[in-house]
Amino acid sequence: METSNPPAGSGDVPRSAVTGARSEVILRVNGTTYTLAVDHRSTLLDVLRERLDLIGAKKGCDHGQCGACTVLVDGWRANSCLLLAVAQDGRHVTTVEGLSDGQRLHPLQEAFVERDALQCGYCTPGQICSALGVLREAADGHPSHVTPYDADPGGTVDLTADEIRERMSGNLCRCGAYPRIVEAVADAGDRIRDGRPGDTGAGS
Amino acid sequence: MKQFGYVRAGSVAEAVRIAGEEPDARFLGGGTNLVDLMKLGVATPRLLVDVSRLPLDRIEELPDGGLRIGATVRNSVLAADPAVRDRYPVLSQALLSGASGQLRNTATTGGNLLQRTRCAYFQDAAKPCNKRAPGTGCPAREGAHRDLAVLGHSEHCVATQPSDMAVALAALDATVHLHGPDGERSVPATDFHRLPGDRPEQDTEIRRGELITAVELPPARPGGNSRYRKARDRASFAFALVSVAAVLDVHEGAVRHAALAYGGLAHRPWRARAAEAVLHGASATEDTFARAADAELAAARPLRENGFKVALARNLTVGVLAGLAGSAARA
Repeated sequence: METSNPPAGSGDVPRSAVTGARSEVILRVNGTTYTLAVDHRSTLLDVLRERLDLIGAKKGCDHGQCGACTVLVDGWRANSCLLLAVAQDGRHVTTVEGLSDGQRLHPLQEAFVERDALQCGYCTPGQICSALGVLREAADGHPSHVTPYDADPGGTVDLTADEIRERMSGNLCRCGAYPRIVEAVADAGDRIRDGRPGDTGAGS
Repeated sequence: MKQFGYVRAGSVAEAVRIAGEEPDARFLGGGTNLVDLMKLGVATPRLLVDVSRLPLDRIEELPDGGLRIGATVRNSVLAADPAVRDRYPVLSQALLSGASGQLRNTATTGGNLLQRTRCAYFQDAAKPCNKRAPGTGCPAREGAHRDLAVLGHSEHCVATQPSDMAVALAALDATVHLHGPDGERSVPATDFHRLPGDRPEQDTEIRRGELITAVELPPARPGGNSRYRKARDRASFAFALVSVAAVLDVHEGAVRHAALAYGGLAHRPWRARAAEAVLHGASATEDTFARAADAELAAARPLRENGFKVALARNLTVGVLAGLAGSAARA
């Protein structure tokens, strides 16, 4: 059965919502609002790539292990291959296409170019979106596995190379560009912290 | 993936009611494990009841000094919470040692507890597996079982429980709160996960239609310190070969309180009561810690390829407890 339902909220839930195979969702992607009916089985990654023609996020493993599909949802980095699109109704999604300011690249994109932090480039959009989340999480004082136990819970985290490696462990690079990726993320963190052009773009 | 219905619940009561009307309904939290299992054909729900936006996303102080963690609190938020980092460091450390930044941002507290084993046979719908398809057998027992259980396994299943968080919760004597068709109840975290026995399809004590609403932590012990240590095949983003969650309180060189739980060894977080019995009142020395580990691990029944886990667990135990005792001595 191919019925399309408004997403059910509180109150009476229409029986059709329970049995249908599609629902209508509103997605706010890179500042543009889209209303579309999605098959419940569609992941956010599939909708971005197949319906919205935003092919920056890549389908690598499709199981949340490689990070090539990483986007930001309400400012939080996430594996879009594991998010059902229907469950993202109303969310703000930022993909790599939404990071630049017109022709001006985001500081992370600039840093990846300057450091030559890629070879084939397949993982790069996911790396950059993940790094954007890393910068925000560190600025918010979120600890990682390698953060000292006695670090000030209220303070920001200094993004050492060890911190960047640990925090970026959800993004694989089969070309092995890791050393340059770590340098690029560190560069971008310095630039953003020092107030050079561009912001983190993570709030859109 | 098979077709399924989807509904976003507006309240806990609504979620429980809707799920109760459809035998093949599943609650959807972050979906990091469930959606993956649906892609693999391991989970085939007819209906997803989305509980990820229920107002269960708060971490609240309890009057007795404990902490109440809502079921939809994200793993990364819980790990970063100042009260958790200050009073229950073992929980923060356990969460941060699991998965990746992206997954921790998505996964929920309730979903983390209900994640399923990563045993390769369970995750391959083409293979026999008593957990996935009861009665079909357990190829892991004779096959690839290096990562699987050494304690509490049965002829029917040798899978391990994969959550790091659950191991910390077992050591902290947390309580899991449930809301189901028959009302509310709570289960100690140490009893929440089961041993496989002859019903390996049942990971936990949760009943059909029950929703995890919160996890409560008792007050942290004054003077106690806690730590999580995990051994894995790579430095990050890997499941535990063995992990240890420990809470230790040392007073004048003697152990006043100890709680110890292992991950990666069994079908549930393995609360090490025999080890704790050796520790209580004993001098806080490496010799004591080794004797405690040996007392617990005497029950180990390793399989052909995973005997290394016994020595690893022993060494991790001594290392973690010595580290905690050393911190106490310096404080």
